[in-house]
Amino acid sequence: MGSAHAVIVGASHAAAQLATSLRQGGWDGHISIVGAEAIPPYHRPPLSKAYLAGEKHSDELLIRPATFYEKSGIDLVLGTRVNALDRANKVIKLHDGGSIPYTKLALTTGACVRKLELPGHHLDGVFYLRDLNDVNRIRGFIGAGKSAVIIGGGYIGLETAASMRKLGMKVTVLEALPRVLERVTAPEVSAFYSRVHGEEGVDIITEAAVDSLQGNGVVQAVNLADGTSIRADLVVIGVGVLPATELAESAGLNVDNGIVVDEFARTSDPDIVAAGDCTNHYNPIYDRRLRLESVQNATDQAKTAANTLCGKLECYHALPWFWSDQYELKLQIAGLSQGFERVVLRGSTDSGRSFAAFYFRGDRLLAVDAVNRPKEFMAVRRALTVGQSADPAKLADDTIDIQLAFI
Amino acid sequence: MPLVKFISHDGSEHEVHVASGTTLMHAATDNGVPGILADCGGACSCATCHCYVDEDWLAKTGAAGEVEAQMLEFVLDPQPTSRLSCQIIVGDELDGLLVRLPKNQV
Repeated sequence: MGSAHAVIVGASHAAAQLATSLRQGGWDGHISIVGAEAIPPYHRPPLSKAYLAGEKHSDELLIRPATFYEKSGIDLVLGTRVNALDRANKVIKLHDGGSIPYTKLALTTGACVRKLELPGHHLDGVFYLRDLNDVNRIRGFIGAGKSAVIIGGGYIGLETAASMRKLGMKVTVLEALPRVLERVTAPEVSAFYSRVHGEEGVDIITEAAVDSLQGNGVVQAVNLADGTSIRADLVVIGVGVLPATELAESAGLNVDNGIVVDEFARTSDPDIVAAGDCTNHYNPIYDRRLRLESVQNATDQAKTAANTLCGKLECYHALPWFWSDQYELKLQIAGLSQGFERVVLRGSTDSGRSFAAFYFRGDRLLAVDAVNRPKEFMAVRRALTVGQSADPAKLADDTIDIQLAFI
Repeated sequence: MPLVKFISHDGSEHEVHVASGTTLMHAATDNGVPGILADCGGACSCATCHCYVDEDWLAKTGAAGEVEAQMLEFVLDPQPTSRLSCQIIVGDELDGLLVRLPKNQV
């Protein structure tokens, strides 16, 4: 083994991929993954779904078993926080006073939850949902017949609501904006999700202004500005995430809504790459800089970063895609809909539980939200990857094979 | 512990023993078999764990489910033997299973 040392900070999706790709790409030096949590990198998406619902054990969440890292010569340095990055001496400083020197460094620090400093936010039974530990604590408060209030009608909030309804809980979702998923989907798709959650027994309150959380040691109610008080045995706050850039910022790296990286995942320091939720990067398909919160971006950008560290420069040009499972709804999203001017529907959002919403700007197909329509998702993902657009009239006609719609 | 044999597109072979009840996808990712990406971790959402089941084993693995079949129509180079490996559970009856991997997943 060579004496070079690649150190990966943040035991995330991106870290698991980066370490694996480094080995596959021929990096023959040491590799270490340093992570604050005590568990090897794990799949986060099931946290708000199967894991919350008790259908999965934490071992089943691991991206790779611990033995894989051992066999691959990848050191896991877990339960360890990185306090500082000393670029001049190429060393990271750990919370326990230790330090690790690096030849190359990769920052895969992910994102942290946006906090709401509401009166009463310190009460027991008030949670955020990001880490395994968060969900382990939430699981101590759930149970049939109990009341949950979810603050935030984004994907995390709605997935959590669905999982808790499955468990027989009374669930209320509070959304500050006029509709759920407002930041990420068209009004038709928001209306669909509101309808289905209503049918499943979730109470959604939009334009809700939360005034305070009330309780006596443990949360008991959520008070709204209009005087409404909603009973709560637990509260889950899901109001978005912020890129975890503290370490990069204090080390003087270029940070602007994420760690700024180039098309090869390089930061402003040539010996440091970054990948995943923490980065601000250029996407050539949409011709703009992005900060994405997704598994796809974490794994694909990690491969680019690993290639760069192995001396193989390949531009990052992946198509973003996402998924969200709620009840029996399988939502798959290909592309980015932001900036759309027109939505074309295939199937109906007003009834039933299967449709695809295609987003256009001018003649250009930007993205699809496909609910229980895996074929439409796959077809659009492929079309957007190769730069095709589509005929809106054909997309809207459910009797025409989707394959014939692309141009 | 059933034995599974993966043959990569370049011809390299990977034999792994897995606990009965493991998905074929995990058999690959847990053992570092290249060519199975499994981005969504087994949620049947991404179609990046595509493989070809050897014809002699098709009867035992069974056919793709409805969602899986729709996704398989759009993977690169789909074949009648295509499956998503996250949807195959390796039980003792699949001891010796032979699967081939596509050149690319996406």
